[in-house]
Amino acid sequence: MAEAEILVFAEQRDGQLERVALELVGKARALAGGSRPVVAALLGSGVEGLAGDLFAAGADEVLLADHPTLKVYRTQPYADVLFPVLKERQPDIVLFGATSLGRDLAPRLAARLGTGLTADCLDLALDPQGLLVQTKPSYGGNVLVHITIPRHRPQMTTVRPRVFPLPPLDRARQGKLVRLSVNLVEDQIPLKVLEVVPRPQPTVRLEDAAVIVAGGRGMGSKENFKLLEELAQVLGGVVGATRPPVDEGWIGPDRQIGQSGKTVAPRLYIACGLSGVVQHTVGMQKADVVVAINKDPNAPIFDLATYGIVGDVKEIVPALTARFKELKAKGA
Amino acid sequence: MRIIVCIKQVPASLDVRVDPKTHNLIREGVESVINPFDENAIEAALELKAKHGASVSLLSMGPPQVREALRKGLAMGADDAYLLCDRALAGADTLATSYTLAQAIRKMGSFDLILCGRHAVDADTGQVGPELAERLNLPQITYVSKIEITGNKVRAERLLEESREVVEAPLPALLTVTKELNTPRYPTALGIMKAAKKPLTVWTAADIGATPEKIGLTGSPTRVTDVFEPPGHRRSEVEMLSGKPEEIAAALAERLQAAKIL
Ligand SMILES: Cc1cc2nc3c(=O)[nH]c(=O)nc-3n(C[C@H](O)[C@H](O)[C@H](O)COP(=O)(O)OP(=O)(O)OC[C@H]3O[C@@H](n4cnc5c(N)ncnc54)[C@H](O)[C@@H]3O)c2cc1C
Ligand SMILES: Cc1cc2nc3c(=O)[nH]c(=O)nc-3n(C[C@H](O)[C@H](O)[C@H](O)COP(=O)(O)OP(=O)(O)OC[C@H]3O[C@@H](n4cnc5c(N)ncnc54)[C@H](O)[C@@H]3O)c2cc1C
Repeated sequence: MAEAEILVFAEQRDGQLERVALELVGKARALAGGSRPVVAALLGSGVEGLAGDLFAAGADEVLLADHPTLKVYRTQPYADVLFPVLKERQPDIVLFGATSLGRDLAPRLAARLGTGLTADCLDLALDPQGLLVQTKPSYGGNVLVHITIPRHRPQMTTVRPRVFPLPPLDRARQGKLVRLSVNLVEDQIPLKVLEVVPRPQPTVRLEDAAVIVAGGRGMGSKENFKLLEELAQVLGGVVGATRPPVDEGWIGPDRQIGQSGKTVAPRLYIACGLSGVVQHTVGMQKADVVVAINKDPNAPIFDLATYGIVGDVKEIVPALTARFKELKAKGA
Repeated sequence: MRIIVCIKQVPASLDVRVDPKTHNLIREGVESVINPFDENAIEAALELKAKHGASVSLLSMGPPQVREALRKGLAMGADDAYLLCDRALAGADTLATSYTLAQAIRKMGSFDLILCGRHAVDADTGQVGPELAERLNLPQITYVSKIEITGNKVRAERLLEESREVVEAPLPALLTVTKELNTPRYPTALGIMKAAKKPLTVWTAADIGATPEKIGLTGSPTRVTDVFEPPGHRRSEVEMLSGKPEEIAAALAERLQAAKIL
């Protein structure tokens, strides 16, 4: 018997692959090694063109369900398409992105299949017996647990976006495209999507920013957050925050980084007036270079900084902005 | 209309430690509260009750002290409460929890709406709502920030990463709610007095006709094999930059240029 496959739900929205789909195909490929097949399930309407990226990222097979009823995600039709596929193919492992969509769909399927599901994982590994060891945060990130699903198959998990790197895309890689037959009738789907209103987004998404200037409670006020905007602007970056500034209304909730916010991995992360507790650092630990500015020399953020500056943000941040502006003017 | 609200009791503080030897959570003396999102769910049910007339039933699976959480929900204004309490139910993962809750709901009789929190703040899977919806074969609407009922339909707004989505489903349906939905009320003194007389029914696994293989640890496919504190994201060496603000800025700029970041 061939070794059981690893199946990735390849999330797309508006005809664009979510980055996490590629991250998971890459991770599945790494877990599968050369011998086990990696299969991606791609559902949507007019999305066949996305299969190429999935092959390039490491999928051996793409299962395509292309149908007008699948254009905008709804739980039931997506579950109805995927359930028979999972039932028949009996993959060993099924991975979803821990997005609002993945966390809506995966439990519905897990209950229908009668199997285990782990939520919002930060890491995946295989133990010597080939069992999937899933690392999941709990208690607001204060605790990590390992979870396994010893006897039931598939082993299902939702994985937080950005914890695995984007795999290199090998355009020469080929795979097999399998079309799934879809027998959905719009009239039989109870849920209707009446309206989709985009929420205002920063021009650069925090998750995609190469430079992030993050402020904490130590910024003191909404006005002082403008200092961060100015610094971010000269660096071509985006402003992020810990939770207190969001709670205070100094900045929008879409800018929160950490356990209950976003996970980011910029090249440069400038931490201003934030202490560096784990609920925050869990979201930014993958940054390449971290600069920490804090008036308390014992702040934990210095433990993960590349460069540390002990001082008042209201003095240091404008000085940095001025210096970087000067360099920019010189064309550096 | 009848609304069932599923509530979970969670520790008031998430600041738990792990015993380095036993790898068990140290939870001594930690107070318990209703999962915050479940309070939003109770509030939503009470607002719908005020608007359309409804009875609101609370349902929870857990140890005997969950009575306190249920009493608080009754004091907020719910009409009756059901506690599923049995040693055989302990150690349930989300699959077993959703099975157990579904069994109880079938016994509780007809309903129009089930409300859950978007997730429980302790274990934080957010899976029980959708799994319960599947078991009861109901449409599910997750991440709800607004609810309107017209006739036999529910219209809800969902808060997603990049959009707000307005959807409509026929009743009965199951919704999981966010904190953006409302601000939960506090129980009044009168509410607390009345709550003492409201029915709180306790059922065992046998009472709800649960199959022993499907409940508690036995019915749970997932296993927690280790519990530990995050390693702390310490880096090798931090270089401290000091001097006047301008000097610091110059020193940092130089280093970032050398690292090809500027
Ligand atoms: C379930 C749960 C989820 C959470 N999720 C998140 C999350 O997603 N993201 C998140 O960030 N937090 C989250 N938190 C909150 C987290 O625990 C911390 O409370 C928060 O990160 C602290 O933010 P802070 O560092 O800005 O504030 P503080 O810890 O108060 O630190 C402020 C820092 O600023 C320094 N400072 C003050 N004034 C100045 C000045 N003038 N110049 C320089 N430095 C100064 C101080 O020395 C101090 O180190 C969560 C908590 C829970 C319980
Ligand atoms: C550290 C830790 C990690 C865990 N990880 C997993 C995991 O990855 N996968 C898994 O399947 N199980 C897991 N469990 C088990 C899980 O906590 C239990 O199954 C729990 O009963 C429900 O899951 P939850 O707390 O995540 O609730 P969620 O699914 O997050 O809760 C959502 C909503 O469901 C309702 N609800 C939840 N529990 C109850 C209840 N007991 N009574 C009434 N209503 C309820 C509430 O409305 C709640 O707001 C874990 C447990 C621990 C301690």
